[in-house]
Amino acid sequence: MDFDFTEEQQLLRQTVERFVADRYDFDARRKIIAQEPGWSRAIWSDLAGLGLTALLVPEAQGGLGGTPVDALAALEPLGKGLVLEPVLASAIVAATLIESAGDAAASAALLPDLASGERIFAPALYERAARYDLSAPGTRARRQGAGFALDGAKTAMCGGGAADVFLVSARLDDGLALFAVPADAPGLLVQRERGYDGTPVATLLVDDVKLGADARIGADATAAVARARDVAVAGLAAEAVGAMRQTVALTADYLKTRQQFGRPIGSFQALQHACVDMFVASEEAWSAAILAAARCLDPDARTRMRAVAAAKATINRCARLVGQKAIQLHGGVGMTDEYAVSHYFRRLAAIERLFGDTDYWLKEYARAG
Amino acid sequence: MNLSYDDADEAFRGEVRAFVAAALPEATRRKVLGGFELDKHDMQGWQKALHRQGWGAPSWPKAFGGPGWTPVRQFIFDEECAMAGAPRLLPFGLKMVAPVLMAFGSPEQQQRFLPAIMSGEDWWCQGYSEPGSGSDLASLRTRAERRGDVYVVNGQKTWTTMAQYADWMFCLVRTDAAAKPQAGISFLLIDMRSKGVTVRPIRLMDGGCEVNEVFLDDVEVPVSLRVGEENKGWTYAKYLLGHERTNIAGVGLSRRAVADLKELAARETIDGAPALADPLFAARLAEAEIALDILEITNLRVISEDAKGDRRGPGPAASILKLRGTEIGQAISELAMQAMGENAMPFDRDRMVGEVAGNRDDAAAAATPVAAEYLTLRKTTIYGGSNEIQKNIIAQTVLGL
Ligand SMILES: Cc1cc2nc3c(=O)[nH]c(=O)nc-3n(C[C@H](O)[C@H](O)[C@H](O)COP(=O)(O)OP(=O)(O)OC[C@H]3O[C@@H](n4cnc5c(N)ncnc54)[C@H](O)[C@@H]3O)c2cc1C
Repeated sequence: MDFDFTEEQQLLRQTVERFVADRYDFDARRKIIAQEPGWSRAIWSDLAGLGLTALLVPEAQGGLGGTPVDALAALEPLGKGLVLEPVLASAIVAATLIESAGDAAASAALLPDLASGERIFAPALYERAARYDLSAPGTRARRQGAGFALDGAKTAMCGGGAADVFLVSARLDDGLALFAVPADAPGLLVQRERGYDGTPVATLLVDDVKLGADARIGADATAAVARARDVAVAGLAAEAVGAMRQTVALTADYLKTRQQFGRPIGSFQALQHACVDMFVASEEAWSAAILAAARCLDPDARTRMRAVAAAKATINRCARLVGQKAIQLHGGVGMTDEYAVSHYFRRLAAIERLFGDTDYWLKEYARAG
Repeated sequence: MNLSYDDADEAFRGEVRAFVAAALPEATRRKVLGGFELDKHDMQGWQKALHRQGWGAPSWPKAFGGPGWTPVRQFIFDEECAMAGAPRLLPFGLKMVAPVLMAFGSPEQQQRFLPAIMSGEDWWCQGYSEPGSGSDLASLRTRAERRGDVYVVNGQKTWTTMAQYADWMFCLVRTDAAAKPQAGISFLLIDMRSKGVTVRPIRLMDGGCEVNEVFLDDVEVPVSLRVGEENKGWTYAKYLLGHERTNIAGVGLSRRAVADLKELAARETIDGAPALADPLFAARLAEAEIALDILEITNLRVISEDAKGDRRGPGPAASILKLRGTEIGQAISELAMQAMGENAMPFDRDRMVGEVAGNRDDAAAAATPVAAEYLTLRKTTIYGGSNEIQKNIIAQTVLGL
């Protein structure tokens, strides 16, 4: 048993931590948010320079061949900085989708650009009706000549607003297929928005989008989509822990400095205990993130499913507790846009609903037996 | 023991319902029900419409021009208005400064201010909190120096709700720096157009600017606009606390929120069926609604006691209603977020503002009001005496801890 990061992983973590401290403090982030498109290509290039975009891409395609535990080391500090740029979407989820599809030609065509950060990829798997069940989208693909035509509607709430290429899941014949669809494909209507957490999101209207045969990635995509979702949960968990830890730190700091009734409000036991609850939750969340990182690719289906479900259900519970209590303990200041804590609260609220809410994962856990 | 409203009260409910249906402007109703931002015109328009009906001040006694309704009728009125999508009546004039004026104001002050509150002509805001004085309000530092027949006021108020629209602010100021904190405070009425008043908006996390900082620089306030005696302001301010019990729990608003939630959960799907039919979701919804049913009984218990004249004024009842009312309201908004799933994400505050708000039909237009509600409702456990402070009150006054 060993809960330590390797030396490389520690180095990676420190590198990202330093980047966030130097380049992504709260003011820098505010400036990025205040401008269109709400995230920064320059920062994206820097993140690529640190190797983050290449993290999970196999070495053969110009990547670092990393694991979910490497992602844990890198994404926790990104969460601390509330980094808006779509590392999770492109470097974690999309990379896993493409790589898991086992399609040599598609991998060769897409992964080098993904790894270098040249193009940004985002998953477009979620749909309003099918919700967190990513295996049964309503979007359909028809065969047309040698290629395909797609119809449907998708939401891309994980980085979709920044994507150059969407990885769109669709029903084809009786199975699930995955397509690489450029954001400017004719027939694809991309409505780019900001999420309430500030991240770039998009909704997609897919109206008779015509694609060549080479747009399809792999054969049946069921396994690749499931695998990407599990890795996504691990990545999101890592990010969530970073955000929670920073939220706890901000709150403890505030309790020490804010004076009411002639003393720091941190001297009131009711608030101490609330802050301790937040701290305990952040520790549980770290255990959950470790569990997900270590087991999200476990070959045993039950082991994998229980771990991923337990991790996300726990992350969701802890994210809500930490975020809500943080606002409460800050009083009026916590409600403001100007002060950092409400931004952490918003991101934690979004995390609670991305890639499966609590009820969804409770059911999955029970189903795993 | 009988939990039913009597026939006269039921008839009253029907009367209110019919009036609101006829008098509430469609545009305003649409904004309220859609969760969009209301402007001054919407809110003041509704106040004026009520006033024309003689209902401008539902909680006031007849002696001051109110309808003299029993607390039960006030409760019914609030519930019907909320369910029908009427704007919430702002409490600052009607329920905060007015009772103080009735109890402690001079006849001149009463004549000058009360009618304009009831008619909706004057907009009031509450200038209590300061950057350094929130829960510990008695530590406030804004000072007023007497110079002849004016006070010269200097300091800063903050979190002042809707000050951007206000004509008047009732304000706590320090008039005796040497006295104990509570003993040196006076209650002033400040004309917001006075020289030296600066209002600066504060953006909150839902993107709206409902609160403000109010800076007071050498603002001259006639001594005739002090309520009651000098240095007795704390007593008057405390008189306000716990005075509000018919609507503090927000039962009507939460009822409407539950109705909205059920509509939403009928449209959204979980496992291929309406979210409402999902056993886990249904159980969570039932839990929230049960809490609301019980809150309503608790609230009616409290106001029935009040009606008997058994006890009035601050007490644990108001604290219980505030605690549970705010927690339940927040829980309902969490369920609305859950019902929307990832589609709750797209957020664009502009979609909530102005006439176009209701006419947009895209992902952000549907999601923004739901998320904004979730975000903004966090304030309810902070303001009006935070929930921690309410618990302190119960611990001290009821449990003797
Ligand atoms: C949206 C909004 C609208 C508002 N509108 C108005 C308005 O119109 N006019 C006005 O005057 N004010 C208004 N307020 C201010 C509101 O009354 C204060 O925010 C509130 O009193 C809390 O004060 P604070 O924000 O300074 O927090 P603090 O008092 O600093 O409290 C911070 C935290 O410490 C806790 N705490 C403080 N003391 C204790 C204690 N003794 N024991 C345990 N816990 C404690 C609090 O509960 C809170 O969790 C508004 C606030 C908000 C958020």
